[in-house]
Amino acid sequence: MWKTILRRFLIMIPEVIILSILVFLLAKAMPGDPFTGSINPKADPQQIHHLMKINGLYDPWYQQYWQWVVHLFHGNLGNSYQYQEPVTRLIAGRAGNTLWLALFTMILTYAFALPMGVFAGRHEGKLPDTIIRVYTYVTYCIPFFVILVIGIWIFGYVFGWFPTTGSISAEASGSGWLQTIGSRFYHILLPGILGALFGTVNIVQYLRSEVIDAKGSDYVRTARSKGVPSKDIYRHHIFRNSLLPIAAFAGYSITGLLNGSIFTETVFSYPGMGLLFVNSISYRDYTVITALVLIYGILNLIGTLLSDIILSIVDPRIRIE
Amino acid sequence: METASNFLNIKDVSTAFKINGQFYDAISHINLQVHHDEILAIVGESGCGKSTLATTIMGLHDPAETKISGEIDFEGTNLLKLDDDGYNDFRGAKIGMIFQDPLSALNPLKRIEDQISEVMDYHTSLSKEEKHERVLQLLDEVGIVNPKRTAHQFPHELSGGMRQRVIIAIAIACKPDLIIADEPTTALDVTIQAQILDVLRDIQKENHAGIILITHDLGVVAETADRVAVMYAGQIVEEGTAEQVFNTPEHPYTRSLLRSMPQRDNENDDLYVIKGNVPSLQKMPSTGDRFAPRIPWVPASAHEENPTMHEVAPGHEVRCTCYKEFSFPDQKGSVTA
Ligand SMILES: Nc1ncnc2c1ncn2[C@@H]1O[C@H](COP(=O)(O)OP(=O)(O)O)[C@@H](O)[C@H]1O
Ligand code: SF4
Ligand SMILES: [Mg+2]
Repeated sequence: MWKTILRRFLIMIPEVIILSILVFLLAKAMPGDPFTGSINPKADPQQIHHLMKINGLYDPWYQQYWQWVVHLFHGNLGNSYQYQEPVTRLIAGRAGNTLWLALFTMILTYAFALPMGVFAGRHEGKLPDTIIRVYTYVTYCIPFFVILVIGIWIFGYVFGWFPTTGSISAEASGSGWLQTIGSRFYHILLPGILGALFGTVNIVQYLRSEVIDAKGSDYVRTARSKGVPSKDIYRHHIFRNSLLPIAAFAGYSITGLLNGSIFTETVFSYPGMGLLFVNSISYRDYTVITALVLIYGILNLIGTLLSDIILSIVDPRIRIE
Repeated sequence: METASNFLNIKDVSTAFKINGQFYDAISHINLQVHHDEILAIVGESGCGKSTLATTIMGLHDPAETKISGEIDFEGTNLLKLDDDGYNDFRGAKIGMIFQDPLSALNPLKRIEDQISEVMDYHTSLSKEEKHERVLQLLDEVGIVNPKRTAHQFPHELSGGMRQRVIIAIAIACKPDLIIADEPTTALDVTIQAQILDVLRDIQKENHAGIILITHDLGVVAETADRVAVMYAGQIVEEGTAEQVFNTPEHPYTRSLLRSMPQRDNENDDLYVIKGNVPSLQKMPSTGDRFAPRIPWVPASAHEENPTMHEVAPGHEVRCTCYKEFSFPDQKGSVTA
């Protein structure tokens, strides 16, 4: 198994290198240069020329790329034009918020989806199954941002049950840790629930059909002919076999959550990387955009890596000898 | 009535499946006995209802989708009167079943050892260590070369033949009185087939079990069976000892099957092909010999309107009277309509 994991890990290295080259070239192609915003626009063009020269901006691209990578490893991603502060610090201040919301959404998603999928599959064709299926179809048809907007409007504004902006209330931010955590949790509750309602759809449908397939499978028939009681057949064979592939979804859902965070954070004005990304685009803050594209790209690769690793642990057929 | 050797008595059993809201018989009015120490072969083309008979005995049908009538007397208990829990005392314990497709019959995510000991979890009070020992012993018995290693493996690591041995090990783990083997060798290649049949025979000698061996391969039957029941379109059309059925076959279907089987003395001839197909459940003729449409040259008057079994020799029975007049069209004395 370690061989499989190591192999899968090694495959990721060229992926990361290619990603970084693409991101680098993208950054190069964008208008502006590292001095934009930091020097007087009326400065002598001769002087700018000199600055660019000593900073290596006339070097061949691969030398510049190497420089960029070296800077990257020193945590130097340049300065934000909009905030006038190092991109690294800017992102570090928001990454926590995004991860905290994503983690919460993921836990909720699985907490909703697993029982629903299993239940629908077990009672295929009965009323609860029909209700769950209608729910998944309806949710599937509505775009995510529409769910968010409707949700925030009803539960945030009309009923006023949940905060509609920020990650922590002003009063709580200065007080004790308990209030801090409480307020932070309160702020992710609604976006988390809405994200989970949307995220469950794929898992419920997948799990339901896995359970139905397993019920009719030959190995379940074998188990029945061993005299295993029905409830144990569900526990030891059907649920187990249907849930294991779901475990691998965990990695991919990281990908989905990150992409979803761009919508969620924008609608909820939640100060995470997604909101930063959208703001940076509207301010054309290229250094920040580049850095975020790189981070999102790497996180996506890690998500897929995690899925593959989980799958190889969980399913003996996938282990590569 | 239970006697010492006749422990399974199938009386007038019919199984109907629900198709588009209506029930259609897949097997009708089956009567069969199985004795200890014997292999009863059930032969017939694909679609004749052999598997349905097996799964009916095992109680594997969904009661909402099937209607089963008759009586299956197993050592004094009518299995058809049992609920699911009651049936579980028989399945795996007193009746073991071997399925056709060894590739899909094992749980892909469980180790072989766990799949074999699972059957003992429910029917024995053996300790963990005893079960482990028994698993290794069983794997050895079914001809697995390295039981320790195989016990630890997953199904996908084993060949088809090895998986079928594992399934046999599961079926015999609790020393059942009855073993039902539904086409146990069909999915395997010829050399493995012979080995698997040997394993079955050895087990039977050891356990004094009765075996129902289902197959469409008459070669397998000739090699292994003590008695043979020939099934056509959900009915038994001929039943007798292996010698009776092979040496003096009577029913046109049995004779057609035998004639369509490759043999040493006719290997240069074109093989006989039975015209037509086994009728689907909805198209089953309600009166007359169900095989009649496939031997159209036999006059209608030769068939009984409601064919019954006729004893032609002690223990040798044939359905319908048409056997008296039947011959193949290319043979002397053939009757033409
Ligand atoms: N669950 C089922 N529902 C409806 N029809 C079935 C079902 N199982 C088998 N049949 C039909 O019953 C007939 C006998 O099938 P089967 O017992 O599998 O035959 P065999 O094992 O001899 O090939 C076939 O016509 C088949 O299509
Ligand atoms: S699959 Fe088995 S042999 Fe291969 S690395 Fe994993 S544990 Fe080792
Ligand atoms: Mg069959």
